[in-house]
Amino acid sequence: MKASHVFRFIAGPALSLALVAGCAPAAGTGGGSGSTIKVGVLHSLSGTMAISETSVRDATLLAIEEINAKGGVLGKKIEPVIEDGASDWPTFAEKAKKLIQKDQVAVVFGCWTSASRKAVLPVFESLKSLLFYPVQYEGLEKSPNIFYTGATTNQQIVPAVEYLLAQGKKKMYLLGSDYVFPRTSNKIIKLQLEAQGGQLVGEEYTPLGHTDYTTVVSKILAAKPDVVFNTLNGDSNVAFFKQLKSAGNTPDKIQTMSVSIAEEETRGIGPENLVGHLVAWNYYQTTDTPENKKFVAAYKAKYGQNRVTDDPIEAGYLGVYLWAKAVEKAGSTDVEKVRAAAKGIEFAAPGGMVTVDGDNQHIYKTVRMGRVRADGLIDEISASPKPVKPDPYLEGKNYPWAKSLKP
Amino acid sequence: MEFAVLQAFNAISVSSILLLIALGLAFSFGLMGVINMAHGEFIMIGAYTAYAIQNLAAPAMVNGVETQNDLMFLLALPVAFLVAGAGGMVLERLLIRHLYERALDTLLATWGVGLMLQQLARFIFGAPNVQVVTPSWLTGGLVISDDVTLPAKRMFIVALVTVCIAAITFFLYRTAAGRRLRAVMQNRDMASSLGVATRQVDSLTFALGSGLAGVAGCAVALIGPIGPALGTYYIVDAFMVVIFGGVGQLLGTVIAALGIGSLNVAFELGSTAVVGKVMVFVMVILFLQWKPSGLLALRTR
Repeated sequence: MKASHVFRFIAGPALSLALVAGCAPAAGTGGGSGSTIKVGVLHSLSGTMAISETSVRDATLLAIEEINAKGGVLGKKIEPVIEDGASDWPTFAEKAKKLIQKDQVAVVFGCWTSASRKAVLPVFESLKSLLFYPVQYEGLEKSPNIFYTGATTNQQIVPAVEYLLAQGKKKMYLLGSDYVFPRTSNKIIKLQLEAQGGQLVGEEYTPLGHTDYTTVVSKILAAKPDVVFNTLNGDSNVAFFKQLKSAGNTPDKIQTMSVSIAEEETRGIGPENLVGHLVAWNYYQTTDTPENKKFVAAYKAKYGQNRVTDDPIEAGYLGVYLWAKAVEKAGSTDVEKVRAAAKGIEFAAPGGMVTVDGDNQHIYKTVRMGRVRADGLIDEISASPKPVKPDPYLEGKNYPWAKSLKP
Repeated sequence: MEFAVLQAFNAISVSSILLLIALGLAFSFGLMGVINMAHGEFIMIGAYTAYAIQNLAAPAMVNGVETQNDLMFLLALPVAFLVAGAGGMVLERLLIRHLYERALDTLLATWGVGLMLQQLARFIFGAPNVQVVTPSWLTGGLVISDDVTLPAKRMFIVALVTVCIAAITFFLYRTAAGRRLRAVMQNRDMASSLGVATRQVDSLTFALGSGLAGVAGCAVALIGPIGPALGTYYIVDAFMVVIFGGVGQLLGTVIAALGIGSLNVAFELGSTAVVGKVMVFVMVILFLQWKPSGLLALRTR
């Protein structure tokens, strides 16, 4: 048992042992008393999503620790209040409310699935608080109370399809888990394929947690696509890739492009099942920046040499820095002042320079295509020349085909 | 033609997985009437045992770089059987034995145990998934043509389930312990008055069911994810097979697994994974309306 696990075991229950209920005054200006500023960290530490979310929690805590070591923000230390969303969407909403009203946190870093974000969104809007959301998602959203530090569609999925088409991989098979993210993504991909000369040869959704892909694999092999665009989420990926490989497929026969598989997931799927397949993100552990060398070293030093970093981990980490910078600039943790100050804030993140887009509270990010290596890390094979402006509704002139897209 | 061969093999393959995960439950639920919601977690224990043994053999294994001994997986099978079986025995001694004849209470209690075992796995192995590296003798497969490969893993699982069935049949119908087990399950009071130590038999039966779940865990580790929540993916299917087959009948479980597996593959081919699954559920529900005690029911008086 590693030290970090012992910590989780103790920290979880201990932190939720707060006792007082009752009416809290209007939150938002909040943030602890005296010499600390309280911030919430809200991820699934138990249940099916714990696989992904615990490592983002770790990255968030690392950033807080680093900022505190340099003196904190506004001369105060940041004090994290950790809550477990338990992979259950109503629990997320309930814990968000508790963090805002009872703990009076200045900001919350958290959530992973779009379902959990949609569950907490009304809470943050009605209580006028602030959420930093660290994961790539399906776009078509811009809440004034959320900062989106992961990629939106035009920073991940749309360029991934463009990349594949440019490589001459025109026949696509869309495979996804059956919920909002894959279905919305595929709606976008289908419009894009039509407009840019691609061909859809199949579309298939499986329930979250589905583990038998024999028939799906047979269908894919029979449809003979150039590439499978994979938006499966969670454990299903393990079953799919193991079974795709054992059916005799190799990346040079049918390639796959995944948008929910990062270094952390690669370890669980088994690199030998994924080697040579493609992924699209904004950051890899191998991304070559001085900031990333420092970040990877610090993360491994704190959590163990066998841990890996990946895109959502980086997005969780940089979110804390962006917030801290905005607070310093605003001179206050007041939500409205922080929002105003956040506009245009820049940060040299491990994955390259990021800038907050004031209009939609997403961030400019560099788009990177990657290929999985035999050791489970990912090599960058192509990157956008500069950070791409976020466009959650695909309204820009580059995306005329997305006109019919409705949220 | 090739596609038909592949789909036929897929049907057998899906059925073999269903059968393997349901076999253990056929004991604890089918024979003993314990609604064992922790059955999935014993599958998980089996999968993690396979993982632990693999790492035991190659402590240098970091980030999934394969350096392990190919034969370790064979060793994992009996060890998983023993580990999960021992776990089952402990559970039976501490909890289940107090709840016989109270089926609904066993449901709640074992569900709670399942949650605890999941969290325990999370503390010991961490929340992220781990993986069992496929032994080299199970990679690849029988290449029938360019497009059709019968995966070696799947053939191994079919063979494994065949061996399990043969061993169980031998145990139940050819050994004294098996005879006692059947006697207790059919008529507890009578068996008891004839001098069978029913407590011991209960304990053994439950351990056997849990042990079989452990073996199933090794098998699903080859084809699916290994994480703390692994059991939750299989528990519903396992119950469906046992109930459809008829409680208390091993042969019913076998036929049910074959039927459900084949139907699932056939339906899924003509539609999607979701619709296929829904149609299988509808068929099973309709069938149980017609024959509430399942395919083969023990005649009761």
